Amino acid sequence: MSNRVVNILVPVISIIVGLLVGAVVMLVSGYDPVKGYIALWNGIFGDSYSIGNTIRQITPYILAGLAVAFAFRTGLFNIGVEGQLLMGWLAAAWVGYAVELPRIIHLPLAILAAAVAGAFWAFLVGFLKARLNVHEVISSIMLNYTALYVTNAVIKSLSDGGFKTETVLPSATLRAQWLRDMTDNSSLHLGIILSLLMVLVMWFILEKTTRGYELKAVGFNQNAAEYAGMSVKKNIILAMTISGVFAGLAGAMEALGTFQNASIKAGFTGVGFDGIAVALLGANTPLGVVFGATLFGSLKYGALNMPNAAGIPEEMVSIIIALIIFFVACGYVIRLGLQKFGSKKEGN
Amino acid sequence: MEYVIEMLGIRKEFGNFVANNNITLQLKKGEIHALLGENGAGKSTLMNVLFGLYQPEAGEIRVNGKTVSIANPNVANDLGIGMVHQHFMLVENFTVTENIILGSEPTKFGTVNIRQAAKKVKELSERYNLDVDPNAKIEDISVGMQQRVEILKTLYRGAEMLIFDEPTASLTPQEIEELIQIMRLLIKEGKSIIIITHKLKEIMEVSDRVTIIRKGEGIGTVVTAETNPNELAELMVGRQVEFKTEKKDATPGEDVLVINDLTVADYRGIDKVVNLNLNIRKGEIVGIAGIDGNGQSELIEAITGLRKVKSGSITLNGQNITNLKPRDITESGVGHIPEDRHKHGLVLDFPIGHNIALQTYYKAPISKGMIMDYKKINEKARQIIEEYDVRTGHGEMTPARALSGGNQQKAIIGREVDRDPDLLIAALPTRGLDVGAIEFIHSRLIEQRDKGKAVLLISFELDEVMNVSDRIAVIYDGTIVDTVYPKLTNEQELGLLMAGEARQSKPDMLAKGGTE
Repeated sequence: MSNRVVNILVPVISIIVGLLVGAVVMLVSGYDPVKGYIALWNGIFGDSYSIGNTIRQITPYILAGLAVAFAFRTGLFNIGVEGQLLMGWLAAAWVGYAVELPRIIHLPLAILAAAVAGAFWAFLVGFLKARLNVHEVISSIMLNYTALYVTNAVIKSLSDGGFKTETVLPSATLRAQWLRDMTDNSSLHLGIILSLLMVLVMWFILEKTTRGYELKAVGFNQNAAEYAGMSVKKNIILAMTISGVFAGLAGAMEALGTFQNASIKAGFTGVGFDGIAVALLGANTPLGVVFGATLFGSLKYGALNMPNAAGIPEEMVSIIIALIIFFVACGYVIRLGLQKFGSKKEGN
Repeated sequence: MEYVIEMLGIRKEFGNFVANNNITLQLKKGEIHALLGENGAGKSTLMNVLFGLYQPEAGEIRVNGKTVSIANPNVANDLGIGMVHQHFMLVENFTVTENIILGSEPTKFGTVNIRQAAKKVKELSERYNLDVDPNAKIEDISVGMQQRVEILKTLYRGAEMLIFDEPTASLTPQEIEELIQIMRLLIKEGKSIIIITHKLKEIMEVSDRVTIIRKGEGIGTVVTAETNPNELAELMVGRQVEFKTEKKDATPGEDVLVINDLTVADYRGIDKVVNLNLNIRKGEIVGIAGIDGNGQSELIEAITGLRKVKSGSITLNGQNITNLKPRDITESGVGHIPEDRHKHGLVLDFPIGHNIALQTYYKAPISKGMIMDYKKINEKARQIIEEYDVRTGHGEMTPARALSGGNQQKAIIGREVDRDPDLLIAALPTRGLDVGAIEFIHSRLIEQRDKGKAVLLISFELDEVMNVSDRIAVIYDGTIVDTVYPKLTNEQELGLLMAGEARQSKPDMLAKGGTE
């Protein structure tokens, strides 16, 4: 069996196995798996409205996945994407309603604000690691909480004690009427174009630039990088900061696209943490992240239809989604099985 | 004739790569059988086939005359085959006994009967004169002792045939001697041994017969008593090998590297290099002879900028390079073959081609502005792979990790020499390499010298220092205690100097900067 065939078969088989196990769980608990999966399918692809919202859901996952993947590729574990995303969210929302500028300047400025805010939050992590040897997992987890409560406090004071900021001005929104018209008034917005653009940006930085070469070298082997005259500290800080840019942009998607404001949160959004799974599903490659985010986003959004259309409780839905993702993550086992199967066939 | 193990016509492929082809190895009862081959020749692959880690594509394995199929290491163990790995598989914070019984713990009422196990370990240790304390923790005992634990592990499991994978690679000369005694005792007790090695000296000393493989092909088996190192080397490499590198006399020119009163501290702040003076001239190889840990590493790190200098100065071609950044030093004309090629020399997860660019990636023609030109990198890599005979599986895209040690080293040397540095620092350049690769690397160093470059060679092998250097500086306790010429000294004298004994007479002609 050729490598290419295996590479295509592995994710396909993984998803099928995941769906089958999910079906068993539904059967055992007394629900109709056929009805359940039809509801899931319709929730994702049923009509143009669902498709629009599914893509909208995928958008921040792509950026969060890129943030985690970029850090992984440079030898860092950015578990603080959630916090960086929250900072980006608030920054974009604030610039989005507080200043008045023509759209051509205002929208990019609001997006840029999110990128800078996310980058700054991640820079702190990189700086602490490079200068004081603080492990990035510890500092970024702590900064997640800091970000959550700092943004909550700021939103409260910005809204004079309310629970959300003003709505962003039309000149700063990512929404576009033509996209809404096309998708039956879904909340699909222009952010998807920006996230796909960032996929290209990550690929370009890592695979084409001298800086990407350095970042990867430092990520794989700090000693060899130092021997070759690279500055390990500088590269750690830079890698974290770039990762934070992606995370901050994920926040901009929520602020300027989906929600049009920033609101006080009782807990984390989860997008930043799901970004870790997205990145790992995509083997930390830019294109792989798109695949991972598509899977994650589709299942998450489509599953919302399962309680209504098939009467399956939300908790059960979460279990089924987790099972499917679990089996995709287990792709390695399936790859091994395929190779054994393939070599046996050749032997006969 | 009774064979305990017969491997007949073994073939093992990895994808399109044939690692073993038509190899036959027959182990007689009670013999020490050496398996000889260059790095990457397929020795370890063959033994992993025997140990059940790989399945062969063709061929037959017989144990005590019966054809067997060894599906996994447990089957090998049951057949009485034990393996002493090159990289020990021990749990650091477990005791000797705990490590030995790991996986086949004797139990009593459901709990591990450690006492009974310890008793058995002690018995075995005494019987084979291994002198191992069953209750010592692995982290507290020497490398040589850890190896004995590995041997005990196989004996405990009832091994009759023992495979030793490069057993002397990390041992001191004293430990090697003891290991040889242990092997002889094992034979006397009726065990049979296969020893994987590329060290001809040891083969001549310890083995009864030798099976040679070259580039994955079985070449044949010879009786040790009827052969000699030259013949073995030729069989292994496939051509005549020079043990003593031929070279013209040096014609040194002006100073390239001058080190004055250099003091360097290690990470704990203890001075490892103390008031060291050294000069190297154009067209000269200076060897640093010394026992490991006498400041060699710190000296190199100071010259290359990887470690800050406490006091003193280093100049290159008259330009002060003391405490410059590593890149500035590299750019001013220093090439460096690091002592630990995995730690410093290569990014193992990069393709070998990308590793070739490690020192030049930021400059034209490898990159333009901020953009890398991977096409140019691959061109350059192909040129170096060709020129330095780096054997890769898939050309420049082969991961550096997949290359054998000798080929990794050739790639590093290619990279460093290709930059045409005025000073080439070669730290333990042939550690762990086979004779063919050693010969190649030595001739490259001498070639640099003949082109008028300065070469600094650091080595723990006296043979190498004597062979390659034009001048030998002996380092002891962080300082150069004497400078001698290979032609006017011998290993005994060098050995004494390295141990800190001052030379009795010191002819004037050997003073610093003198000529022969």
